[in-house]
Amino acid sequence: MTLYNNVFETVRMIEKEKLDIRTITMGISLMDCIDSSGDKSRQRIYDKITGYAQNLVKVGDQIEMEYGIPIINKRIAVTPISLIASASGEDNYLEFAKTLDKAAKEVGVNFIGGFSALVQKGFANGDRILIDSIPQALSETERVCSSVNIASTKAGINMDAVKLMGKIVKDTAYLTRDRDSLGCAKLVIFANAVDDNPFMAGAFHGVGEPEVVVNVGVSGPGVVKCAMEKVKGEPLHVVAENIKKTAFKITRAGQLIGNEVSNRLGVPFGILDLSLAPTPEIGDSVARILEEMGLEACGTHGTTAALAMLNDAVKKGGIMASSSVGGLSGAFIPVSEDEGMISAVQNGALTFDKLEAMTSVCSVGLDMIAVPGDTKESTISAIIADEAAIGVINNKTTAVRIIPVHGKDVGDTAEFGGLLGYMPIMALNKFSSEAFINRGGRIPAPIHSFKN
Amino acid sequence: MNGIITVVGKDQVGIIHGVSKVLVDYNVSVEDINQTILKGYFTMMMRVNLANMKGEFNTFKQKLESYGEEIDISVKVQREEIFNYMHNI
Repeated sequence: MTLYNNVFETVRMIEKEKLDIRTITMGISLMDCIDSSGDKSRQRIYDKITGYAQNLVKVGDQIEMEYGIPIINKRIAVTPISLIASASGEDNYLEFAKTLDKAAKEVGVNFIGGFSALVQKGFANGDRILIDSIPQALSETERVCSSVNIASTKAGINMDAVKLMGKIVKDTAYLTRDRDSLGCAKLVIFANAVDDNPFMAGAFHGVGEPEVVVNVGVSGPGVVKCAMEKVKGEPLHVVAENIKKTAFKITRAGQLIGNEVSNRLGVPFGILDLSLAPTPEIGDSVARILEEMGLEACGTHGTTAALAMLNDAVKKGGIMASSSVGGLSGAFIPVSEDEGMISAVQNGALTFDKLEAMTSVCSVGLDMIAVPGDTKESTISAIIADEAAIGVINNKTTAVRIIPVHGKDVGDTAEFGGLLGYMPIMALNKFSSEAFINRGGRIPAPIHSFKN
Repeated sequence: MNGIITVVGKDQVGIIHGVSKVLVDYNVSVEDINQTILKGYFTMMMRVNLANMKGEFNTFKQKLESYGEEIDISVKVQREEIFNYMHNI
């Protein structure tokens, strides 16, 4: 009878509560594609990606069919391109982005991450060129995702990079203005970026990673919410226990799929990222979990505490269930991708400042937030600096994925389409941060980074 | 390799017969059956042995699903590991 109950529980989780494997992401090292000729380098990149990943989509679809659990995305992450392209001596890396895009199309993945630079302590030659190429790369390619790490607990915050990224975000918004500045949805600015994150847009294959690896991201906000409906009115430690048990089951599904993908592709299994990643669909929302805990609307007082408990319980449940947990692992709060968050913004419950507070306890940061198109570069930079400070001081990953939607203002709605969703434009603080941002330089690493 | 077949839908005559016919066609043997009627809904779980299956898993799965569609019930087959794995270490 135990098997019988387990079977129907699993079937219910998949069919009614939208349990799925959000992504299988193949990480590929491009270190041996470095060449003094840009053309040769790009040819090697293309050949390498299409070689390793040729069966990724096919194997993913086959496993989905056999196990009956949806695998939503198949994706690729590569070594940060700034490291690979700089030897080419070229002064614009757009062609590298186009090569990634072409390779992604060839193997049938919907996103490829790694048009990235790591500049937490300063710029190397290739870093600057890569960052300057981002707006054009994101407007002229379809599947390429970009990320820049501008801070870490060990290095502090590179405020020159923070200043520059304000401009890059605005330029990207402008170049993709015909699509509600969609390019910005594919650009993540990190503090403490992780090397093995399978989730886009921030995935890249870190330099310490193996030649090729498969990382898996599971998801299941709907499953957690349904599990919580069974403990209505119970004290919070009971709720936490319930979330842990549910996270365990979700993670086990990911572990099984990860092992299977790894076996069939002959590629080592890297990590399992057990993040709760919402979608704009009804019943797949992190905000609704927080509301199920007893908040009238996500964003009201108490939201940060509820999110902190959720994030922690998800990690605790998942850690036991997988041989190797990594990535970001926690709860994502991308606003436009979460039906409950969108509705909380619409009814005025959720403000920008509350979101910032929530990012100090969730697993990522200010994610998929549409703001007025006329927001100043320095204001975007200041938002990035605030978020980086939260990450650096708290020893955690934080990120900013913000979309100053060109030509739109508070009261308008931005439409990004598909999993990226839609949302009303959020209001920002009207006062200037310009003089602060213009100082540039570096915010030194915090005292608690000196651990040796 | 074992599979789990789950059948859920409005009760009617001949469901087990219909599912079993597909199993015979594909040379799939039944190892365990659990079945009940919940508020007029037929609910069944079958553990089947796929070791000697004739034909592809994919077409076997499609055949079961299309039988389900014919009589408006849900018939699914999944590999057994997913159920064991999710609930145990």
